[in-house]
Amino acid sequence: MSEEILETPDVLVRLRGVTFKRGDRMILDGMDIDIVRGKITTIMGPSGTGKTTVLRLIGGQLNPDAGLVEVDGQNVPKLDRRGLFALRKRMGMMFQSGALFSDLSVFENVAFPLREHTKLPENMIRDLVLMKLEAVGLRGARALMPSELSGGMARRVAMARAIALDPMMIMYDEPFTGQDPITVGVIMKLIRMLNDNLGLTSVIVSHDVQEVAAISDYMYLISDGKVVDHGDPDVLGRSASPWVQQFLSGLADGPAGFHFPAPDYAEDLLAGTAN
Amino acid sequence: MLEWLRRIGARALLFFERLGRALLFLLRVVAVLPQLVGEFRLCITQIYSVGVLSMQLIAISGLTVGMVLGLQGYNTLVDFGAEQSLGQAVALSLVRELGPVLTALLFAGRAGSALTAEIGLMRVTEQLPAMEMMAVDPFRRVFAPRFLAGVVSMPLLAAMFSALGIIGGSMIGVGLLGIDSGAFWSQMQAKVDIYDDILNGVIKSVVFGVVATWIAVFEGFDASPTTEGVSRATTRTVVHTAFAVLGLDFVLTALMFGGL
Repeated sequence: MSEEILETPDVLVRLRGVTFKRGDRMILDGMDIDIVRGKITTIMGPSGTGKTTVLRLIGGQLNPDAGLVEVDGQNVPKLDRRGLFALRKRMGMMFQSGALFSDLSVFENVAFPLREHTKLPENMIRDLVLMKLEAVGLRGARALMPSELSGGMARRVAMARAIALDPMMIMYDEPFTGQDPITVGVIMKLIRMLNDNLGLTSVIVSHDVQEVAAISDYMYLISDGKVVDHGDPDVLGRSASPWVQQFLSGLADGPAGFHFPAPDYAEDLLAGTAN
Repeated sequence: MLEWLRRIGARALLFFERLGRALLFLLRVVAVLPQLVGEFRLCITQIYSVGVLSMQLIAISGLTVGMVLGLQGYNTLVDFGAEQSLGQAVALSLVRELGPVLTALLFAGRAGSALTAEIGLMRVTEQLPAMEMMAVDPFRRVFAPRFLAGVVSMPLLAAMFSALGIIGGSMIGVGLLGIDSGAFWSQMQAKVDIYDDILNGVIKSVVFGVVATWIAVFEGFDASPTTEGVSRATTRTVVHTAFAVLGLDFVLTALMFGGL
């Protein structure tokens, strides 16, 4: 299967045999992922399996202990700071919390990358910011401060900021977590719309099964630092793997056990000491 | 016993590792300082929040410390009939020691803790990684302007502290206790040297400015990104700055005014 993918010419992000450790703990263990240009690719898996780490590796915020991380033909860990920053200008990222600058207004947050990286005149910056805010439906909220926004609005502003420089790809870290159903619907629509209208490549990291299955073109399921299965949402839904079925249907027990490993229950109760 | 030694060794290693990281951090901040030439607005904003907003505290503290010095100094000097020297005593103790040292300690509590908490919370809320992902260097955008603001503000605040302290001393000495105004000011003028006393005091406050702001900004940068992490880092800023300032003050005093 991976041989097949290797031949695909339109891969924007390529991870090969990526290993990442934190101390002695193995976070990613020989991971292969391909993100195809122009598509929405989702990386799913239980909490703490290294999904966000994958995004950080792609963005060059972390370096792998082994393996290849390639974005648009560039070997990310090998880039110097200048090269990395040049690449990052072509990537947008939406953090889980939105990560808006709390001392800047909504307008200034979206204007921030433009002011930092371009020498555009003020009236052009204004037009661009209003266009980006209009795209996420928050042109009317430009004067608000981040503390005055709801969680969903903050994420939409973060999306507007992520597309400010018209990037080639955008990464979403848990975009739906903790949002009400209407906001989830709005964010889903926006991700799809931005991807198609701006010709972006989107990478979503999430554990919200229903939501991402509805908008993804391709999905990777990871667990314990390994890719368990991948395919388009329909194929994955018919997967024979009991683990995949457990994850997608949200069952409490299955191959991923409900209980943290422990000694025998009866023996434990009779042992009588605190430990 | 061995376990005890091992623990001391481990703590020492941790300490030196952290010191090394702090030093590298300082070098990186200093390295990007030249890039601030075009960032006038950014620096002014920080000087306002670090320096200008500390002025009230420093002014009131300076004035009251000067008044207390006037009162205590008079009571001691009057026994020897030397109360005319009050101006000199007040000015020298403020300019050489109390101005720079107390300003640095107050600065750590007022501005240093705020810097640490602000930067720490920027980490907690992923604002620093977000900035990095937007290809903006937090060293240039966040750390260096704050560092510069602290280093610029400290000597100015210390000068204000000393000036208001001297006014406070004269208010008590001349205004309340009836020392001759001419004697108070002329003794001060005659005995306070611009290089030996004032310049050395300014050098001290510049050194304290570097150290206090370095500690504050580094602690924020190095805080573990949790609520508890930021609260600990803020405490560390105040405590470490106090130790560093008091320790350095002794060293600098020994170097400048001799006696060792």
